[in-house]
Amino acid sequence: MRALLQTRLMPAIAVAVLVTILPLSFSSAYYYRIGVLVFIFALAVVGLNLLMGFAGQVSLGHAGFLGIGAYSVAIGPVHLGAPSWLCLFGGAVLSGAIAFLVGRPILRLKGHYLAVATLGLGLLLATVLTNEARWTGGPDGMSVPGLKLFGWSVRGATAWYWIAGATFVCGFVLAFNLMESPTGRALQAIHDSEIAALVLGIDVARKKLAIFVISAVYASVAGSFLALFNGYITPDAAGFLRSIELVAMVVLGGMGSIVGSLVGAIVLVVLPQVLTIFHDYEQALLGLVVMVFMIFLRRGIVPSIAAAFAGRR
Amino acid sequence: MLILETDRLSVAFGGVRAVDEVCIAVESGQVFSIIGPNGSGKTTLFNLISGIYRPNHGSIHFAGETVTGLEPDRLARRGLSRTFQNLQIFSRMSVLENVMVGHHRHEDTGILADLVHWPSVQRQNAATREVALAALARVGLADEARRASDSLSYGALKRLEIARALASDPKLLLLDEPAAGCNPVETQEIDRVIRSLARDGITVMLVEHDMRLVMKISDRVHVLARGRTLAEGTPEEVRSNAAVIEAYLGDHGSREAVRAFG
Amino acid sequence: MAELLQFVSSGLTVGAIYALVALGFTLIYKASDIINFAQGEFVMLGGMTTVFATLAGVPLPLAALIAVVVTTAIGFALHRFAIEPARGASPVALIMITIGASIFLRGVAQIIFDRRFHSLPPLLGADPIRFGGAAILPQSLVVLAGATVIVTLLWLFIDRTLLGKAVIATAANRLAARLTGIDTRRVVDFSFAVSAAIGAVAGILITPIALTSYDAGTLLALKGFAAAMLGGIGSAAGAVIGGLLIGLIEAFAAGYLSSNYKDAVAFLIILVVLISIPQGLFGRAKVERV
Repeated sequence: MRALLQTRLMPAIAVAVLVTILPLSFSSAYYYRIGVLVFIFALAVVGLNLLMGFAGQVSLGHAGFLGIGAYSVAIGPVHLGAPSWLCLFGGAVLSGAIAFLVGRPILRLKGHYLAVATLGLGLLLATVLTNEARWTGGPDGMSVPGLKLFGWSVRGATAWYWIAGATFVCGFVLAFNLMESPTGRALQAIHDSEIAALVLGIDVARKKLAIFVISAVYASVAGSFLALFNGYITPDAAGFLRSIELVAMVVLGGMGSIVGSLVGAIVLVVLPQVLTIFHDYEQALLGLVVMVFMIFLRRGIVPSIAAAFAGRR
Repeated sequence: MLILETDRLSVAFGGVRAVDEVCIAVESGQVFSIIGPNGSGKTTLFNLISGIYRPNHGSIHFAGETVTGLEPDRLARRGLSRTFQNLQIFSRMSVLENVMVGHHRHEDTGILADLVHWPSVQRQNAATREVALAALARVGLADEARRASDSLSYGALKRLEIARALASDPKLLLLDEPAAGCNPVETQEIDRVIRSLARDGITVMLVEHDMRLVMKISDRVHVLARGRTLAEGTPEEVRSNAAVIEAYLGDHGSREAVRAFG
Repeated sequence: MAELLQFVSSGLTVGAIYALVALGFTLIYKASDIINFAQGEFVMLGGMTTVFATLAGVPLPLAALIAVVVTTAIGFALHRFAIEPARGASPVALIMITIGASIFLRGVAQIIFDRRFHSLPPLLGADPIRFGGAAILPQSLVVLAGATVIVTLLWLFIDRTLLGKAVIATAANRLAARLTGIDTRRVVDFSFAVSAAIGAVAGILITPIALTSYDAGTLLALKGFAAAMLGGIGSAAGAVIGGLLIGLIEAFAAGYLSSNYKDAVAFLIILVVLISIPQGLFGRAKVERV
């Protein structure tokens, strides 16, 4: 039993179990729906966490990639007649390609220069999505045809719960694997001391670019799911506020904590739902949460709890 | 065999010639020390050799090939490794993980394999762990492997950096003031480590202020002052060189040097 | 020709506002190495507070004064209560705090004010001045004049007063400044307060032309920031020139290319500048020493 508890993949198994048994407590489709949204955002956040918490880079424009994934499964089927699942892959490839092209020059930057460059990138992507109304439906967005897998229409919160949940667990496991691998160690090294990493033979530029591309792909897949699930997409999905929400989820849950990604997503997806009466206060609350966490709880929820436990022992 | 050679290596910052026409030749298996007063350009020379700075002119030859202007990571992949005067520890990682990173240039799993955690990755992790533990044992830190690196003492951290550099299996190891800030006990440890490295045939270049250490373990000593070569030779030759004594060792220093020879 | 003049005039007008925002960024950055994303909100608060004060019956000059005072206080509070407690955090963490503050201020403005567009009466009347075939708004001249006054005052202050020297000293080396007896915390407080005041005035000046709303700040901050980056962050002259340049480029892009992508100009400039000349036109490149 002990050996089982200590397997490397214990957190992943725990999460998979959680995902599986949670619906037992669901009393209506509403809860499934929340679950879907949580998994979608948690997926994007895991990717962003690999970039920010792990490799120590920053992206304030990550929703841009979310938007690309989302609009790929909208534009593809509607304007090009391509099947949704193919467009999902296409979106991921496109996101990866953009991340590759733009990442090469901007990842040379550090600190606030990198932050602003990624901000600019995200805004540029959002602007294109807003303006090319002929393709994207403009600021009002466009409707997204449902996903058809092997002739079966994927519809309803329940079906999407399992799809999003399974995909999230996969993304989770991949990220976990990466942490315990040569690439993962190299990325953490880059975070702690780029110069030492260089001097040990790590191709820093290439590693940073790789993780940037990977995190873009995570966001793109999440975005595609979001669009397919909701049946509709607007440019807000790629906007500045959305990018900041993603970063807030990373910070809340704990930078560098893969489990924290889920926690952060849960908090920032569930909270607005719970506070629907406070809808007008949403922005003010988001701003406040970001400020409070960045000032007082920079480590995030999961690492803080873990540290508290470690201290107590 | 000459493992490292620099030919009239020079670099200037603003108007200051930090390193000025320096020529050195390091034989394989030697312990080669660079000494000089503060500001004489020792660390700058190391930074040039390890690719962190680009020289304005002159050339560097490593293991028979011209490597002037190569980036640090490319030099590292040819077998050049170094430690830092101001410690560049991976403070978020454990002691063992720090050293495992040192072995990176020999790890050959791709990022996709890493994502999926193929058996090849598991094997690589195990192999790297072995190498890291061996390196830690050489510097006397094997028992601290699982500890967080930022919980180690200063002297231990200096040894950790050496272990990390060793894990890359270097042909040439540059140690930038490995004993700086260490108490006599820690310095003894560093001494022991460097001697064992030399015994195992690793070429070591040392920048150091601790004269006793330098005179004891070096095969050759190169003296820099204001960026230029002042003298070079065996420890005895250097310590009895009048110009060196005047410019650097001074009265106190030459007494230290005498004491070093017991 | 008339068209060209039109673009130049509107470009310079909005560019003057970007220049003031950029100046606010630069002042705070110089004093504390922080990039303050709430800078745009200062502009928004200046305009919105004035509007709602006048709607409540307060005469315009007094309303404007109240707005500047309130915004200045908010700028001060931002530093004291959000930034100071987090001193020592990484640059990215600090940016996130200011982004959080920006979103917070937006959210609060949304609640206290409303979500509509608002305007203010122009200072010199609304009839456009005909010049070379172009129609120039008198308010444009007010904006340009106001910006010039502010820049001059700021320059005089930095150059001629002791407190101004203290700001420069703090910017150059915080520890050294403290060792010479300068209360660096006060200095940074002050720079935040002054930046907020500048922003507020800019907001009041531009509202008659560009209108204002609770979310006008974000885009302004981004463009002001692009201007500061273009000029070279840390260079006050660069901020002004950068702002005017971006205003002009935007006006020409909107006129000759596509008005939809007007906003994208600033974003594109951010990327291009950071990729090719990160230190901007007048900034100094940093050398990292190991």
